[in-house]
Amino acid sequence: MKALSQKRRHPLALLALLVCALLLTGGLYAVATTTNQAKAAENYTASDVDEGSKLFISNCSTCHGMNGEGSDSGPSLVGVGAASVDFQVSTGRMPMQMQGPQAQVKPAQFNEEQTRQLAAYVASLGAGPEVPDEESLDVSQGDAANGAKVFLANCAMCHNAAGAGGALTRGKYAPSLMGVDEKQIYEAMQTGPQNMPVFNDANITPDEKRDVITYLKTMENNTDPGGFGLGSLGPVSEGLFIWTIGLLIIIGFAVWLTSRSA
Amino acid sequence: MADHRDGLPQGKKGNLLDRSADEQAVFQDPGLPPHRPRTTDVDSGAAKRAERQVALLFAISIIGSILFFVGYFGVRVDGDIYSVTDSAPTAALRLQNLLLGGGIALGMLGIGVGVVHWARTLMPDHELVEERHDVVTEDQRAEAEQIVGTILDESGIKRRPLIRNTLIGAAVLAPLPFVGLLKDLGPLNLTPLRHTLWDQGVRLVRDPSGTPIKASDVTLGSTFHVLPENLMDLGHEEGYLDQKAKAVVLLMRLDPDIVTVTPGREDWNVDGIFAYSKVCTHVGCPIALYEQHTHHLLCPCHQSTFDLANECEVVFGPASRPLPQLPIQVDDEGYLVARSDFTEPVGPTYSQRVIAVNEMEEENGN
Repeated sequence: MKALSQKRRHPLALLALLVCALLLTGGLYAVATTTNQAKAAENYTASDVDEGSKLFISNCSTCHGMNGEGSDSGPSLVGVGAASVDFQVSTGRMPMQMQGPQAQVKPAQFNEEQTRQLAAYVASLGAGPEVPDEESLDVSQGDAANGAKVFLANCAMCHNAAGAGGALTRGKYAPSLMGVDEKQIYEAMQTGPQNMPVFNDANITPDEKRDVITYLKTMENNTDPGGFGLGSLGPVSEGLFIWTIGLLIIIGFAVWLTSRSA
Repeated sequence: MADHRDGLPQGKKGNLLDRSADEQAVFQDPGLPPHRPRTTDVDSGAAKRAERQVALLFAISIIGSILFFVGYFGVRVDGDIYSVTDSAPTAALRLQNLLLGGGIALGMLGIGVGVVHWARTLMPDHELVEERHDVVTEDQRAEAEQIVGTILDESGIKRRPLIRNTLIGAAVLAPLPFVGLLKDLGPLNLTPLRHTLWDQGVRLVRDPSGTPIKASDVTLGSTFHVLPENLMDLGHEEGYLDQKAKAVVLLMRLDPDIVTVTPGREDWNVDGIFAYSKVCTHVGCPIALYEQHTHHLLCPCHQSTFDLANECEVVFGPASRPLPQLPIQVDDEGYLVARSDFTEPVGPTYSQRVIAVNEMEEENGN
């Protein structure tokens, strides 16, 4: 240690330190990006990227900038990856209808081919999560019970234990997950759209993601064995039901019991 | 004119009717309204119809009870009710639930409504008058007073002050043991509320898989639901749930440019990775509604909102304190570990929290 401190003013010390720091950050970055790598499901051609670029400039550049560098009204798209584009565009969230607390779901504005081209262009801006392959989405291979555990620990606080969605702050909300396409669920976990946190492959592994999707598909398939689901919103809709319909029935009986018979 | 407090009408100025004294004195009993026969009393056809209606209601009850047994014995739930591909088992389960619940409901309701309908339409409906009991007379009151007097005389409680005084003493002391028992309910043993399973070097692991977390796994914008690694070996009999309830932690990486860190906490985060208790300081709900861009944490119970960029300061809602931060560092293998236990009690305020806080400050000071 003493020898090291004596050499700290050596002319080459700064260089050595710089090399060490570069190696460390480079190494960490490589680890981080490999853990985030989804299996490549799409091979984009140069013409895909070209077509995507044209679509991007005419539809997205107002907010995201001519080269996807972002502006005051939209974030940078460098490094968001193809998965992010596929999610936002195929659910109709992008292009956004208007600025607001949250982008709304609406009928998709681009067909599958155009969405693919846009994704190809944005993916070419910088490495990011890719569109998942078919195997990651095959619910017949998933484990619904494990998916439920992962879902309850990571997702249920916002999206509700039954995946029915719920309110957040200041007009934002977590949408219902019922009827959402498997690929879109996967991409949402992978990319963390809007205010949703990112759940990268190091956090929830691809297998666990498939389990979560399996659980959600099970919930969709689940025909409310308890009876009336009332939107699965829990105490709010149930309370509303019992305080209106339930009380009306009780009042009706009370009136009938005490009325004079004709 | 009489005093205005006597409650009599005040001449013609007020709204009260001006009646003669005789009219005011005599209250005429209006009697019962004339008895009005029901259609079932006068029309035998209507009576027959009502009879059939009552019978129908009872028949509905019978059908309901039979439906219950159809559901109980007749419907089989075969196969995996959690299957994604096969919805038949859940459909069968739903049918069974419907038959069980609906059957009991019809069975009870049919009898109840039937009996009431029967009473209202076919049973006699003559009004009856039950006279009020006479008010207790003066001589009964005197008799009661005499009985009490006799008891006092015969017990001799006035003549024997020794007995009286010892009785008073005994009656005052007898309830005191219960006060002693109440006292045993407190003060709280503060240790379990003060300590969690977190300690120096305890790894942060994922909930529910129990795998450790590398600092590089936590990318910007992602969040991890975290448990202490030593919780994983704990059995349910050894207080797994109690320990888990105290130790749950939320981990996320924040943009270092937006974060303010108070002096003394600089080394509690790892390159912008922060860990906070997931137990709300209001009434202890698990907080985990993390909004990535606003960097707010929202409690689903009462909408308390905490600002992660400002050490979980409360920005909205009923919570009164920031969430406790768990100091973390990286171990030799690059995994995230706790630097120590929480430095303040997690969760909502309790009566002796101030004492616990002081004790913990002393411990940390030493």
